[in-house]
Amino acid sequence: MSEPHMDTAVDRSHMAVSDEVAIEIQAMNKWYGEFHVLKNIDLTVYQGERIVICGPSGSGKSTLIRCINALEEHQKGSIVVDGTLLSSDLKNIDKIRSEVGMCFQHFNLFPHLTILENCTLAPIWVRKTPKKEAEETAMHFLEKVKIPDQANKYPGQLSGGQQQRVAIARSLCMKPRIMLFDEPTSALDPEMIKEVLDTMIGLAEEGMTMLCVTHEMGFAQAVANRVIFMDAGQIVEQNEPHAFFNNPQNDRTKLFLSQILGH
Amino acid sequence: MSLSFVRTEMEEPQPAPSSTVGIVAWARTNLFSSIPNTILTIIALYLLVRLAVGIFPWIFLGVWDAGSLSECREIFAELYPDGREYACWAVIADRWDQIIFGYYSADQYWRPILGWILIGVSAVPVLYPNTPRSLLYVTVATAFVYPFLVWGGTIWPYLMAAVGFGVGYGVYRILAAVTAGNAFSSVIAVSGSVIAAAVWWIGLSGPISGALAEAMPWGIEAFRSRDLAGFALAITIGVVAIAASLPLAIALALGRQSNMLIVNKLSTGFIEMIRGVPLITLIFVAVVLLQYFLPSGTDVDPILAIMILVTLFTAAYIAEVIRAGLAAVPKGQYEAADSLGLNYGLAQRLIILPQALKIAIPGIVSNFISVFKDTVLVSIVFPNDPLGIADTIRADSNWNGIVWELYGFIALVFFLFCFAMSRYSLSLEKRLQTGHR
Repeated sequence: MSEPHMDTAVDRSHMAVSDEVAIEIQAMNKWYGEFHVLKNIDLTVYQGERIVICGPSGSGKSTLIRCINALEEHQKGSIVVDGTLLSSDLKNIDKIRSEVGMCFQHFNLFPHLTILENCTLAPIWVRKTPKKEAEETAMHFLEKVKIPDQANKYPGQLSGGQQQRVAIARSLCMKPRIMLFDEPTSALDPEMIKEVLDTMIGLAEEGMTMLCVTHEMGFAQAVANRVIFMDAGQIVEQNEPHAFFNNPQNDRTKLFLSQILGH
Repeated sequence: MSLSFVRTEMEEPQPAPSSTVGIVAWARTNLFSSIPNTILTIIALYLLVRLAVGIFPWIFLGVWDAGSLSECREIFAELYPDGREYACWAVIADRWDQIIFGYYSADQYWRPILGWILIGVSAVPVLYPNTPRSLLYVTVATAFVYPFLVWGGTIWPYLMAAVGFGVGYGVYRILAAVTAGNAFSSVIAVSGSVIAAAVWWIGLSGPISGALAEAMPWGIEAFRSRDLAGFALAITIGVVAIAASLPLAIALALGRQSNMLIVNKLSTGFIEMIRGVPLITLIFVAVVLLQYFLPSGTDVDPILAIMILVTLFTAAYIAEVIRAGLAAVPKGQYEAADSLGLNYGLAQRLIILPQALKIAIPGIVSNFISVFKDTVLVSIVFPNDPLGIADTIRADSNWNGIVWELYGFIALVFFLFCFAMSRYSLSLEKRLQTGHR
C-alpha cells in the first residue's frame, strides 16, 4: 500500500466539477440490528466529482456506498440520487440502480454467461435495448477496458484484473451517471492492480462521477478531488487530497495515514 | 560459491516420459500400483470371470420360442440330456404386449406408441438447447395430447384444460396492465390469474366440455384408468411426475426463500408435511381413505390421485435440493444483479436460477430416478404396475414358476431408463461447466 501506484501525476485541469448535485445524503443513519453502523452521515457529491473513501476496516465505508444504490437499507435520514429520493418504493430503487454502476471487490461477474453476455444482459432486459445495439455498445466498452478479444470467453477463464475490467465495462454498458467502486483492487495480485486503476483513471478523465472505497492512496492522490476518512461509522475528516495527506487534522486520521503510508 | 543466478534462455516444454502415458502405464498406476492393489485386482478379475461363466450361458443359451414354462423345460431336456437348464425368455416374447402396453387392445397400441414418440420429440428442445426452439410447441401440445392418447374419450376435456392456462395468462396480462405502477402489481396479477384458472377448471370446464361433447362427440375410444398397466402405467406416472414436479419445486424453493411471511410459511409447511410422511402412506390415504370419506358416488380416479401425489412428493424433495443450490449461489451474484437494476423476476430467471439449478442437477436427477422407480409403489393400492403384471403372468398356469426372467427383464427396462437419465445428467453438467472454478 505504501508506494503510490501512479508513477505520473494525472493532469486534472480538465476534470471539471460542476455545481450540479449528483448525490445528496442528509443525516443518514443505519443499524444492523442493534449495532449502529452509520451515524448521521451528511454528504453532497457533485456531478463529475471523484471521491475516495478510506478508513479502517469496519468503519462503515463499504456500507455507505452500498446504501447509495440500496444494496443496504438505511433506517433514518435521506438519500437523493440524481433527483430521485431513495425510499422503499421498488420503482425508485430500480431507477436509481440502473443509473448507478457498481464494481465489487470480488467482481461478481455472472459465471454462466460469456463476457459479452455479461455486458449485454442488463441493457437488453432492463433498458430494452435491441440485442445488436447492446452488443455494439458492449464491444465499445470492452475495447475501452482493452479486452475486446476475450468477449466470447467465460469469466472463469480470465485473470482477476481482466475480470474486474469486464465488471467495469458491464457497469458502463448501462450508461450510468455515477459509478461506485467497493474496494475494486483488494482481491487482485499486485501486477493486476495497475491495469484496473488505469481503467478507473480513464473513466475519471472522462468526467464520470465516482465514489471509490479503496486503500490505493496513490490513486487517491492522482485522481480524487476529495478524500473522505471514515471511522466508527462517521465521516471524521474530508479534504482535497494534497491537504488530506500532507496536513491531516484529526488524530485518528493521522494515525491511520501513518499506519498505511509509514512503513 | 555464488548465490547469484540469471536465466538467459527459457526451456522448451518436453513430452512426458513414455512410462507415464498409454495403456500399460494406466494399468500400472490403477491396477498394480502396490501389492494390496495387485491382490485386489487379481481377486476381482477372478470373481468377474466366475460371474460371467455362471451367468452368460444362462442368458444367451435361453429359449425364446415356447408357449409355456413346461415347454421350455422339454426343449432343455432335449438339448441338454445332462439336465442343465437355461433362461426361458419365451415368457417375455409371449407376454411382451401385456408387460409394455398393459390392457390396451391390440388395435389401440398406436395410442401409447404415438404418445411416447411425442414425449421423445418434446423432450429434445428441453434437454438440448441447440435444437430449434419451435419444437417447444410440440412440448406444450404433448402436455395435452398425451393424456388424450392415453385416456381417450372426446377431445373437449383436454382442450378445456388447456384453455384454463390461456384464461390464467389472459387474466394475468389484464391485471398486470391495470395495476401497473402499484408496488403489489405482480402479486395481484399472479394470484388473480391462479384464481381465474382454478375457477375455470373446477367450475366451468366440466359443464362446457360436457356440452361440447354432446354437440360434437369428436374423440377416440375412452380407456379407463383402472386398465392402465405395465410400463404404459409406469411411464405415464413417471413422465407426469418428472415434468410437473420441477416447476412446482422451483416455485416451492423460491417460496421458501421469500421475504413474504405467508408465502414463506406456506411453502415451508407444505414441504415439511409432504417430506414427513412416507409416500406409501400418502398413496394409501389418497386412494383408499378418500374413497371412503367422500360422498358415495364420487369416483376417485386412483391413477390421477397417485399421479398428483407422486408429483407433490417429488416436488417437495426437489424443492429442498434446489434450495441448497440457491444457497450455494454467492451473495455477490444477487448484489450484482440488483446493482444492474434487474428486478426480482429477471434476477432469478437470468442469474440465480441458472446457477442454482446447475449446482442442483445431480440431486434433481437423483430424485427423478427415484420417482420413476417409485411408480411401482402404486402396487399397494393398485396391482397394475410392471411388478403387478409380473404377478399376473406368474399366476397363469403356463408360466407358473418363472421368476428370474420376468423380474430380470423388468429390472433391465427400469435400469435402461434410469441409466439414461443419469448419463444425461452427467453430460449436462459437463456442458454447463464454464471456466475453471
